[in-house]
Parts: sequence; C-alpha cells; structure tokens
Amino acid sequence: MRRLRTLLAAGAMTIAGLTSTALAAGNAPVPPAQTWAHGGVNSFLSFFKGYDYASVQRGFQVYKEVCSSCHAMHLLSYRNLLDVGFTEAEVKAIAAAQEITAGPNDQGEMFTRPGLPADRFKSPFPNAQAAAAANGGKAPPDLSLIVKARAHHEDYIYALLTGYTDAPEGFELSPGSNYNKYFPGNAIAMAQPIYENGVTYTDGTPATIEQQAKDVTNFMAWAAEPKLEERRRVGIMVILFLVFFAGIMYAAKRRLWSEVH
Amino acid sequence: MAHAPQSNFENPVVNWIDQRLPIFTMMNKEYGSFPTPRNFNYFWNFGALAMFVLVTMIVSGIFLAMHYTNNTAMAFDSVERIMRDVNWGWMIRYIHANGASMFFIVVYIHIFRGIYYGSYKAPRELIWIFGVIILLLMMGTAFMGYVLPWGQMSFWGATVITNLFSAIPVVGESIVTLLWGGFSVDNPTLNRFFALHYLLPFVLLAVVVLHVAALHIAGSNNPLGIEPKGPQDTLPFHPYYTTKDIFGLTIFLIFFASFVFFAPNMLGHPDNYIPADPLVTPAHIVPEWYFLPFYAILRSITFSIGLPFTDVVLIDAKLGGVLAMFGSIAILFVLPWLDNSPVRSARFRPIFRWWVLLCLVPSFFMLGYAGGKPAEQPYVLIGQLGTVMYFAFFLLLPIIGRIEKPLPLPASIANPVLGGNAATAK
Ligand code: HEC
Ligand code: HEM
Repeated sequence: MRRLRTLLAAGAMTIAGLTSTALAAGNAPVPPAQTWAHGGVNSFLSFFKGYDYASVQRGFQVYKEVCSSCHAMHLLSYRNLLDVGFTEAEVKAIAAAQEITAGPNDQGEMFTRPGLPADRFKSPFPNAQAAAAANGGKAPPDLSLIVKARAHHEDYIYALLTGYTDAPEGFELSPGSNYNKYFPGNAIAMAQPIYENGVTYTDGTPATIEQQAKDVTNFMAWAAEPKLEERRRVGIMVILFLVFFAGIMYAAKRRLWSEVH
Repeated sequence: MAHAPQSNFENPVVNWIDQRLPIFTMMNKEYGSFPTPRNFNYFWNFGALAMFVLVTMIVSGIFLAMHYTNNTAMAFDSVERIMRDVNWGWMIRYIHANGASMFFIVVYIHIFRGIYYGSYKAPRELIWIFGVIILLLMMGTAFMGYVLPWGQMSFWGATVITNLFSAIPVVGESIVTLLWGGFSVDNPTLNRFFALHYLLPFVLLAVVVLHVAALHIAGSNNPLGIEPKGPQDTLPFHPYYTTKDIFGLTIFLIFFASFVFFAPNMLGHPDNYIPADPLVTPAHIVPEWYFLPFYAILRSITFSIGLPFTDVVLIDAKLGGVLAMFGSIAILFVLPWLDNSPVRSARFRPIFRWWVLLCLVPSFFMLGYAGGKPAEQPYVLIGQLGTVMYFAFFLLLPIIGRIEKPLPLPASIANPVLGGNAATAK
C-alpha cells in the first residue's frame, strides 16, 4: 500500500510537471472563461458534452456573410456541413452558390462551374500574397484550425472578437491597425468584424455582438475538432471497459498471489 | 543449437516446429518458467509498459505513414486529412502523438527505478548501457517525428535543434548542412527526417531485444537489490508476473486513454496547428515537454569559458550548452562506474536514498519547469541550479559510496518477504 502511494505521488508529480509547461500568453490579459456547450475543444472534464448545433449553424452564417470575404477555411468541404444539421438540399444550395474553377477539360482549358458538396470551401484569395496585399500586408489566417491554434482556444477567439475598444491615451496605432485588448501587442490588422445586427439570423435569434461572436466561435470550434463528440463517446466506452478489465485482473492477481505471499 | 534442451509439447504441430526450431522451448524458458524474484513492486511494471508503448508507436505509425504525405507543401494538410477523412484517423493520430509522451513518462520512471534500486551495477552494466542507447534513439525518433506534421513548432524546433550542431568547432557547419540537405530546414530535411523516423524505431526495437537478452542472462534486480539464493526466492514469470503486468498495463492504459480521448492536445503546443512559416518566428520556441529538462541544461550555460585573465575563449556559451546537454546523457553511461558502493538498493543506503530523492529528482523537475519558460530570470537561475544539482548527483557518487555506512542486508529475499519463515514456504 505504501508503495502504491509512492507510485501515485510520482504520477501526480509528473502531471504537475507537465501542466506547468503551458505557456504564458505574452502581454495581453488572460481572456475570461466563457461557458461552451461542448465545454471547449481542449477541456478534459467534459465527457458528455457536445456542440450546440443551432449555434454552430448560426456561426456558419456569420462566417459566410462576414468573415469569408477575408478568411479561408480550406480544410472544410461543403459536405461537412451535413454533420452540423444542414439538410442535403441546403448543403447543395450553399455549395452551388459558389463559382468554382475546375478543369482542365479535354480541350485543356480551365472552366468555372457551380460548387458541389464535395468541394472544399472556396478561399477568398488565390494565395497568401494576394491575401496580404489586400489587407495592408497582413494575410488573414485560415480559420479551419484557429480555435486549436491559439492558447485559451474558444475563450480567446470570443474575447478577441468582442475586445475592440478605443486605444488608450498614448498608445501609438500605426495606420491600418486597430486596438484590441486581447490581441498580443494590442494592434491588430483586422478591423472590428462584428457589429450589432451585422447579420440577420434565419432562425430569428437577436444578432447582438456577443451572440454572433459566440456563434461564430462555436462554428470554428467544430471546424477545428469535428470528431470531438465521437472521440468522447468512444473514450467513455474505452475507459469503462478498461476499468472493468482492471477489476478482473486485480482480482485474478490477488487470488493467484495469495498462495505465495 | 542441436544440444539445446527441448521440451515435449502435447500439441503435435507445436512439437513438430519445436523439434526443428525450439522457439516454444525458448519462449517457455524466458517468459514461462523464467525464475523471477518474488518481491517486485509496481516499479517493475514499467519495462513491460515501455515495450507495449513501443509496439503501439510502431503500429500506429505505420498506419499514419499510409496516409501521410512527405512534402512541405502537403504534409500539414495530409495530417489534417488523417484527422478528418481517414476512418479512425483522429484516434490513430492522437494515439501516436500522445504515445510519444507516454513513452517518455514510462521510460523516465523506468530509469528512476533503475537508479533508485541500483539496477545498473554489476552484473547488469550492459543492460543499463543498452537502456541509455534506447533513450538516445527515442529522443532522435521523437524529435524527427515532431517535425513531420510541419507546423510552426515542427519547423522552428527543427531549426533551433539542428542549429545546435553548428557549435561544434570546424565541422559544425558542414554537419548542419548535411542534416538539412541544403542551407535551411526545407523539403530535403523533411524527407530525410521521415525516412529516419520510420527507420529508427526498428533500430530501437533491435536494441530492446539486446537489452532484454542481456537481462535474461543476469536475471532481474529487485527492490532489495540482493540476488535470489534459491527457488524459495523466485517465482515463475508466468502466471505470477504476466498477471501482475497485465493488471499494471490496464491501469496505464486508463491513464493513456484519458489523454487520447479527453485531452489529446494538452501535451502539445497550439502553435503546431499553424502551418510552418519560415518568415514568422513564434514568440517562444519550446520543444516537447519531454525534452524540456535537457533544453534547460542547454540554455543554462550562459557564459563562455576562457583562459583566466585573457580574452581567449576556449568554449563559447553555445558550445558549452551543447556539451552540457550531451554530457547530461553521456554521464548516464558511466554511472555504473561512478557509483562504487557494493550495495544496490537505496533502501539500505541512507545517504544515497536521500541523494536520489532530494537532489536528482528535484533537479529533473526544476529543469523541466525552467525549460518551458522564456530565457529570463528567475527561470535561468532555476535552470542553472537544476543543472548543478543534476551533475552534482552523479559526480559526488564516488564520495558518497566511500563515506556511507549501508544498513545490514537481509539474508535472502524470502526472509523479509515471508517474515523469517522462509523454510516453511512452499
Ligand atoms: C476585412 C477582412 C477581414 C474580415 C472581414 C475578417 N477578418 Fe479576421 N483577420 C483579418 C486580418 C487581416 C487578420 C490578421 C490580423 C493580424 O495578424 O494583425 C485577421 C485575423 C483574425 C484572427 C486571428 C487573430 C490572431 O490571434 O492572430 C481571427 C481569429 C479572426 N481574424 C477571426 C475573424 C472572424 C471570426 C471574422 C468574421 C466574424 C473575421 N475575422 C473577419 C481580416 C479580416
Ligand atoms: C519510437 C517510436 C516512435 C516515436 C517516439 C514517435 C514519435 C512521433 C511524434 C512525437 C510525432 C509527432 C506527432 C504529432 O504531433 O502529430 C510523430 C509523427 C509521425 N510518426 Fe512517429 N514515432 C515513433 C514511431 C513511428 C513509426 C514506426 C512510424 C512509421 C512507420 C511513424 C510514423 C509517423 C508519421 C507518419 C508521423 C506524422 C503524422 C503525425 O504527425 O501525426 N512513427 N511520431
């Protein structure tokens, strides 16, 4: 028993050592924690939580109507939207609204056609250079993985989208940059993208800034970790099986060893 | 091998094979009836756990390699394709990424066990040396594997670590060019790292075979550090330790699965979900957590070493750091000769015991902590203190061996285990 306790203590120390490697996030304040239906893409104690799909769908609308003019999400295909509750007809219509360059045809020429569900989301710019040139030298990053690619994940994205204020007295903003409380360095090349009633939600939800920020963050969280629910579901079964099996093995081991102790 | 003792197996097929190639006899000898000290504690599970993780890494790695694209323009997206479109790809990739961390956790505990119970001493020095080689191969493999997804940390980690070799006088720059396959970390670097990342685990496996073969010559050490004196001190490996190992493995799997299914990115760095960009340097370049102690040793040499009272620099800070970092592993090779005490187990070594627990173990955690922090005070100082403690642990062992008065050793393993009734034990 004493040895087992030593072992547990060693394990606890390892974990403490590991978590301490989390990085300090520069000079910007720590974004306040929000509640997310799915608990957060990196949240450990959210075994039974899943995405709020109504919010994810609204978030897609925000992305499509506001962010997609600057930000690509090239890891997503239109067909993926079936997973968040859009119907097949809706997905076909969403895809068909985009003009996709395809080819070459048998004449060797490129041509355009309406998008198909199997197509990747159409990127607003042909390459990073064009994206940067159109945005004052700073290319808008692809948003497919952005929630996993920033410390504090959803909380940071939400804080960023709602964190535009006037620059404090004496803060030098270069032309083309905007003051944001949560962006590292506080000067961001993206102008405030979300405004009150910037979109009109098809489901009638009032489009406040907070609501839109929350919805689009939920959408990007799903985009970054689309297998989150499957992962947790499988995980629960795996852990339950292992605990059960550990019990059996412990009993077997005890019985066997009782003869020799 | 014609004279090898052979068993008679009931199953005629098994028997037929065994007559011609006695693998079943061998398996039974090495893993069935193999006499094993009866007093192992749970620290003795970690060798089997390491073996399990190695096999898991090879199997998951081969499945990843079937879908991974080894080109700087496509590597990042191919990993994401595995995550999104390959059946169970997310699970295979999370098993592989977290498996590397599990491997190091298990092996670090395994090494601690070896040090605490003096398992490196005669006649087990070669087992220990093979173990240190395994550690080096693991480090090389994991480092190159981390480059493969071609995220920001992949790229910048590779740049920083390969650049270390440029500190070597005269040939350093050429070595770096050779590693890179050019003049910066680029497509040729990724190609050779993938080839080596596929190769090294199999080299590692071969060294593991030697490690275990040597172990089966000397037999296992045990928490008392005294050799078994007869059958009353041992148990057949099967079923006693197979059962205990499977129980331990199941507990370990619960730990492993908690990461894979509920916190798969906790041990990783967010920046590695940003595709590599040679033009944008991340704010803090940090290696994976399991390299942090060694990274801290590297960074703790902040001063040059020169001839006193002159400007002649013999070893500049960069080379000094590299030497210290490699030295921290190299010193493990000579541990069996630094420690001259005839007693193995720390249980009977009053000074050594606390020397391990209060000098070596804290130094490792201090270094790991400092390695993950930016190179500022007080972290540099913590790292330097950790470095001094780490090396002091090894370098003062000869003195400790000389001044320490070991406690009396038990007469036999069966004696303390059975409370003095060894004779009556069956
Ligand atoms: C007019 C173009 C434009 C629009 C519209 C736009 N962005 Fe941006 N966004 C940018 C640019 C440019 C950057 C790069 C900012 C920088 O690095 O300074 C950026 C950066 C970002 C970042 C990364 C911040 C970081 O930590 O690096 C996020 C997240 C983001 N945008 C989200 C959104 C969302 C969500 C929307 C829609 C609601 C949106 N953006 C709409 C141009 C735009
Ligand atoms: C000693 C055993 C091994 C260790 C310690 C190891 C370690 C790693 C690490 C740390 C990564 C990066 C994971 C990430 O962040 O995505 C990785 C990726 C990878 N490894 Fe291994 N690996 C091992 C064995 C293998 C083997 C045997 C193969 C192939 C046969 C393999 C194939 C791959 C591939 C294709 C990737 C890129 C995909 C990805 O990044 O997820 N690995 N490895």
